[in-house]
Amino acid sequence: MEDDAPVIYGLEFQARALTPQTAETDAIRFLVGTQSLKYDNQIHIIDFDDENNIINKNVLLHQAGEIWHISASPADRGVLATCYNRTFCCVLSLDSFGALGKSAAQLFIALATSSDSKVLTCAAVWRMPKELESGSHESPDDSSSTAQTLELLCHLDNTAHGNMACVVWEPMGDGKKIISLADNHILLWDLQESSSQAVLASSASLEGKGQLKFTSGRWSPHHNCTQVATANDTTLRGWDTRSMSQIYCIENAHGQLVRDLDFNPNKQYYLASCGDDCKVKFWDTRNVTEPVKTLEEHSHWVWNVRYNHSHDQLVLTGSSDSRVILSNMVSISSEPFGHLVDDDDISDQEDHRSEEKSKEPLQDNVIATYEEHEDSVYAVDWSSADPWLFASLSYDGRLVINRVPRALKYHILL
Amino acid sequence: MAAAAAAGPSPGSGPGDSPEGPEGEAPERRRKAHGMLKLYYGLSEGEAAGRPAGPDPLDPTDLNGAHFDPEVYLDKLRRECPLAQLMDSETDMVRQIRALDSDMQTLVYENYNKFISATDTIRKMKNDFRKMEDEMDRLATNMAVITDFSARISATLQDRHERITKLAGVHALLRKLQFLFELPSRLTKCVELGAYGQAVRYQGRAQAVLQQYQHLPSFRAIQDDCRVITARLAQQLRQRFREGGSGAPEQAECVELLLALGEPAEELCEEFLAHARGRLEKELRSLEAELGPSPPAPDVLEFTDHGGSGFVGGLCQVAAAYQELFAAQGPAGAEKLAAFARELGSRYFALVERRLAQEQGGGDNSLLVRALDRFHRRLRAPGALLAAAGLADAATEIVERVARERLGHHLQGLRAAFLGCLTDVRQALAAPRVAGKEGPGLAELLANVASSILSHIKASLAAVHLFTAKEVSFSNKPYFRGEFCSQGVREGLIVGFIRSMCQTAQSFCDSPGEKGGATPPALLLLLSRLCLDYETATISYILTLTDEQFLVQDQFPVTPVSTLCAEARETARRLLTHYVKVQGLVISQMLRKSVETRDWLSTLEPRNVRAVMKRVVEDTTAIDVQVGLLYEEGVRKAQSSDSSKRTFSVYSSSRQQGRYAPSYTPSAPMDTNLLSNIQKLFSERIDVFSPVEFNKVSVLTGIIKISLKTLLECVRLRTFGRFGLQQVQVDCHFLQLYLWRFVADEELVHLLLDEVVASAALRCPDPVPMEPSVVEVICERG
Repeated sequence: MEDDAPVIYGLEFQARALTPQTAETDAIRFLVGTQSLKYDNQIHIIDFDDENNIINKNVLLHQAGEIWHISASPADRGVLATCYNRTFCCVLSLDSFGALGKSAAQLFIALATSSDSKVLTCAAVWRMPKELESGSHESPDDSSSTAQTLELLCHLDNTAHGNMACVVWEPMGDGKKIISLADNHILLWDLQESSSQAVLASSASLEGKGQLKFTSGRWSPHHNCTQVATANDTTLRGWDTRSMSQIYCIENAHGQLVRDLDFNPNKQYYLASCGDDCKVKFWDTRNVTEPVKTLEEHSHWVWNVRYNHSHDQLVLTGSSDSRVILSNMVSISSEPFGHLVDDDDISDQEDHRSEEKSKEPLQDNVIATYEEHEDSVYAVDWSSADPWLFASLSYDGRLVINRVPRALKYHILL
Repeated sequence: MAAAAAAGPSPGSGPGDSPEGPEGEAPERRRKAHGMLKLYYGLSEGEAAGRPAGPDPLDPTDLNGAHFDPEVYLDKLRRECPLAQLMDSETDMVRQIRALDSDMQTLVYENYNKFISATDTIRKMKNDFRKMEDEMDRLATNMAVITDFSARISATLQDRHERITKLAGVHALLRKLQFLFELPSRLTKCVELGAYGQAVRYQGRAQAVLQQYQHLPSFRAIQDDCRVITARLAQQLRQRFREGGSGAPEQAECVELLLALGEPAEELCEEFLAHARGRLEKELRSLEAELGPSPPAPDVLEFTDHGGSGFVGGLCQVAAAYQELFAAQGPAGAEKLAAFARELGSRYFALVERRLAQEQGGGDNSLLVRALDRFHRRLRAPGALLAAAGLADAATEIVERVARERLGHHLQGLRAAFLGCLTDVRQALAAPRVAGKEGPGLAELLANVASSILSHIKASLAAVHLFTAKEVSFSNKPYFRGEFCSQGVREGLIVGFIRSMCQTAQSFCDSPGEKGGATPPALLLLLSRLCLDYETATISYILTLTDEQFLVQDQFPVTPVSTLCAEARETARRLLTHYVKVQGLVISQMLRKSVETRDWLSTLEPRNVRAVMKRVVEDTTAIDVQVGLLYEEGVRKAQSSDSSKRTFSVYSSSRQQGRYAPSYTPSAPMDTNLLSNIQKLFSERIDVFSPVEFNKVSVLTGIIKISLKTLLECVRLRTFGRFGLQQVQVDCHFLQLYLWRFVADEELVHLLLDEVVASAALRCPDPVPMEPSVVEVICERG
């Protein structure tokens, strides 16, 4: 009973950025980036002790600016990338630059005076202190008082490309390739010399009327990780990273802005998208004219959609109606008839076969609606370690960790 | 006198004694019999006895009674009466005796004369009879003489009579023989003259005789001649038969004659049918020609008339003639005819169906029904005649199929009419914008659409109703009584149309990105109201109308009114919700563009409200007017009349103290969050895209909620300078001033706007709010 209760953790600042520590497969660990214009921003490393239902946190200072997007390297537990705002404002006080040092502050002031006041979103790759990588649990009280600082590995230089919307890592790779989306540019970076140097490998840009701006992007885990999908305005586009050319385009995927998308980890042509029309749509990229399925459960913009990493029928969405919805999209999952039996289980096979025949194709439905948040939920994600656990983050800094209902878990497993 | 008086009764009593016995018994017996009868008739004996109220007839003292006894009477008188009375009675009696005496004398005299004359008459008669006897004797002898003569004459004439009889017989025979001998020539003449019927009759008459006297050479010759002629006759008949130029009756006559000539019936039957087929096929061909690819085909009524009179009439004649002629053929013959009729009938039906298929597109139902009626009616006669061929059933089937197709056609028509209405509405909605002035109002358009659809439905019902009219021959078929009414008209046509209408309307809600953008929001609103009207009244009205017109009387389950109403209501709800979304989106887009495209960091100190906000208020007012045309006002939460002032103060004070005033202090972020969270605890969660109710306030609330939530989310994505924040403050206050009146609960607007300003303050590194009084002044100015 208690096992199913949500675990809530509150941050002091507004927050939008959430990611699981992708390279970590044993411990349940999430990274949350805060947004504050007046104070030093932080990255909270949230460890969740599944057995005791306890949260341990470590705080890292991220003094460069408020964090809009965060992503963790799939290869190195200590490496992460953030997109953050750098504010150049005439009225900034020098104190607020703190650790960045006087020279940097003077440089900013110089910049600020030249361009009056301006906000630029940058991206950088960071390394967290070694002892925090694997989540040292000792004395959480101490760590909050003496916050440690991230070590800057490299900047993704975007002076020529504009605001960084997000950074995505090559999902299966060695953590050397990342893609960042900056305004209307899609940039592929090679991280060299243990990530201390980012070299722009190739790029492409979106041409068209008006100001085109990427809002979100995901790297497909299929096709040897050669495909990336991006969203701008109401359009979804697929890109081949080898030639940096567009491979498909879903015009008007949503009635309004597309906020996020995600690839089905088990079905190579399937992807989910969500947007301001309150809908979640599932696409087969081979047929871009019609969505395979449309969900309309939220009552406001859907900001995030995430497939479960192992059971792709479980789809998580977060919305600015302050709700998180877990849906069961069995009919378009890779296991439309429930869990498939491994061929090794010869003894069980006969039984299962008869069972499978009697099983109806399961119905798509909403498993649960989580209403623990009181402000817009801007980020949801599954844990990389436990496929039955996920976190959601609302703007007021509330992080909620939930589990898939046990009955459903057993239903899927058995 | 006394002696006479005494002598008088004494002889009377003498003879009177002897009949006394039987006469005394007789009334007794009679009375007994009477008694029994009376018993039988239910009259009581006493009553019968009481009736003769006169003096007892057995009383011996009654002078006139039968049992009168003079002694007793005298005794009685002497004993009872005084002297005077005795004297009186004596004189009385003497007078009576005298009267009686004189009467008797008169009678005797009269009768004596009569007796004398009678005796004379008898004596005269005796003399006359003796004379007559002599005369009679003479007569007898004369008669004997006459008889004798007569016998002699007969004997002499006998011989001659026999000869005459023989001669008469010979004469008759000769006449017959002459007929026989003349037969060949007569036959030839008949054949030449074409009087085949006469010839066949002659032949028939002579046939038997000739057959009998075949062994006589002369007769044989005649027979041979006859045979030759008959053969020729038969040949000619066949010739005539084959030529087929003549009509069916002549052919039937030919066949009849041929049959009389003893031609083999089987063969004739085949040939007859073959000829009939030829004729009927010609009819069919002419029908097909009418049908042909050339456009000027006659109308369907004419066509079925032709078919009916030409083909069906022909078929009837053929069948009647056949049954008359070949009745002897038995079931095999009937089967042959049935097969014949079936084959030609099916071809005829194929033609009719092709023709009817051409008619499907046409609009005139009455003509079609009349044509079908004639077609069906026509086929009833052969149907009765040729039950085995099943033509009537096939005809009914065709009629049913046509009726079904007709229903489908009407459904299509209704759908097209509905779409046409929608197109008209679209044009009407588009036109006034171009002209720049008010066109027909939405309410008017709605009324137009509703009445036009209703009249279309009524027209369709009326058209379809023709199929079930009493005078139409097929209307009493079970299909038209039951399934046609319930499944066809009610379910297929009316319910189908209402459903498709709902679907069409709903399709405007789907995929707002692609199609919905093209749908004018006013149309959505109008459709929503239309569906709602259908839910409240029109559906039940239409269905009642249908049920009344088509007395639905079968067991097929029909869609209940409530289900349809629920569907219509759901459609209306979806349309209205979609309307809210679309309008909300329009305003959202404006707000969003205004927030996203502005550089909020380097903005100048606000001097007035941004134009976008004025535009938002204007648009909202326009929407308010638009919705007000079709939907009722709805309920608001009660508020004081001076809302704007009061709320402003509440709003600004809460903002001042609760919201971002603390952000100056170093410990601010915690407090801000805490405070805003606490505040949220007490305010209800705002469901932005929540379903709307069918009234104006609810619609407007929905639109404003969507717009303000968008503003909030956009503000959160930006970073504001001090003046940027102040501009937001001004804008929000302006919205506050004008939007509260549209919504059900103005608290909602406050909450959302508070949230916007609070978020903007959070997104501002240098939050210095503007003085509320200044904000007020700016807002009032612009």
